[in-house]
Amino acid sequence: MQISICFLIDLLKSRSEIHYIQFIETKDLITMTEFTPLMSLAGGALIGLAAVVLMGLLGRIAGINGILSGLVALPNTSDWAWRAAFVLGLLGSPLAVLMLNGSLPELSVPVSPVMVGAGGVLVGIGTSLGSGCTSGHGVCGIARLSKRSIAATLTFMATALITVFVIRHVIGA
Amino acid sequence: MLKTVSAFAAGLIFGTGILLSGMGNPAKVLNFFDFAGTWDPSLMFVMGGALAVTFIGYRLVFRMKQPVLAASFSLPTKSDLDTKLISGAAIFGIGWGIAGFCPGGLLPVLGYGQTEPFIMLGGILAGMMLVKALTARGGDVSKLGKAARS
Repeated sequence: MQISICFLIDLLKSRSEIHYIQFIETKDLITMTEFTPLMSLAGGALIGLAAVVLMGLLGRIAGINGILSGLVALPNTSDWAWRAAFVLGLLGSPLAVLMLNGSLPELSVPVSPVMVGAGGVLVGIGTSLGSGCTSGHGVCGIARLSKRSIAATLTFMATALITVFVIRHVIGA
Repeated sequence: MLKTVSAFAAGLIFGTGILLSGMGNPAKVLNFFDFAGTWDPSLMFVMGGALAVTFIGYRLVFRMKQPVLAASFSLPTKSDLDTKLISGAAIFGIGWGIAGFCPGGLLPVLGYGQTEPFIMLGGILAGMMLVKALTARGGDVSKLGKAARS
């Protein structure tokens, strides 16, 4: 087993030198990011607050994927307006942060545009099939103790972990 | 009107939380998954904070008979695990691990004006429409519609 895995990794590495080097181009972009426990906890609490507000007032799950796909799929229905307003709020949030904070938090994308596009297509397919993303399953669903959401969250966390490992340490090593 | 204003406020709070927490920054998200390299555990705190507030807040909210501005709570009714759910979640995780953006992390950073978030948005919409087109061909639209709304 061990030997076959090593063989597989070697094979991927040797292939990567030929095919993937130009495609990935991330090595010098991968750097440490600052550990921000308090800011992340506070930001997370705000995300939770928004989910509670949306449920308490409108009775809706704050799943970004569901809201987005509803926005694209259902124009001119009564549900359209609140989805559009929620998305407008999301789009306007940098202004709110700028006013609160004086500056915008960093945005750094350590992967090539090709990978961003490919990742985007997979995220679109996966969240549509799986009926949810980090917010819908990971926050709202787990808070409801939904079995489906717990299973979905464990699954996408695991595949994201494996994907990053493979890209950074197997192919990109 | 009140509904629209509330939804806008919720979106604004959500987006502010995303930006402050670091969920909108792919470098940070990918580092969270990189245990073997430049690990940054911050996102554990994002999930912790969000879950703690939602877990308690939902319990208070569900004591009400109905939401303040709507006739009933719209909650997903499915409770069984199925292949579609798990394979979808698996594919989502792969895409998240490749690009570092999830849908919630993406929308608040579109306003930064950088190119990558728009590429990501294009990809997500393309992926969504692909599933919709394939499902429509199979005559399974109602199921997908329900899934998308849940």
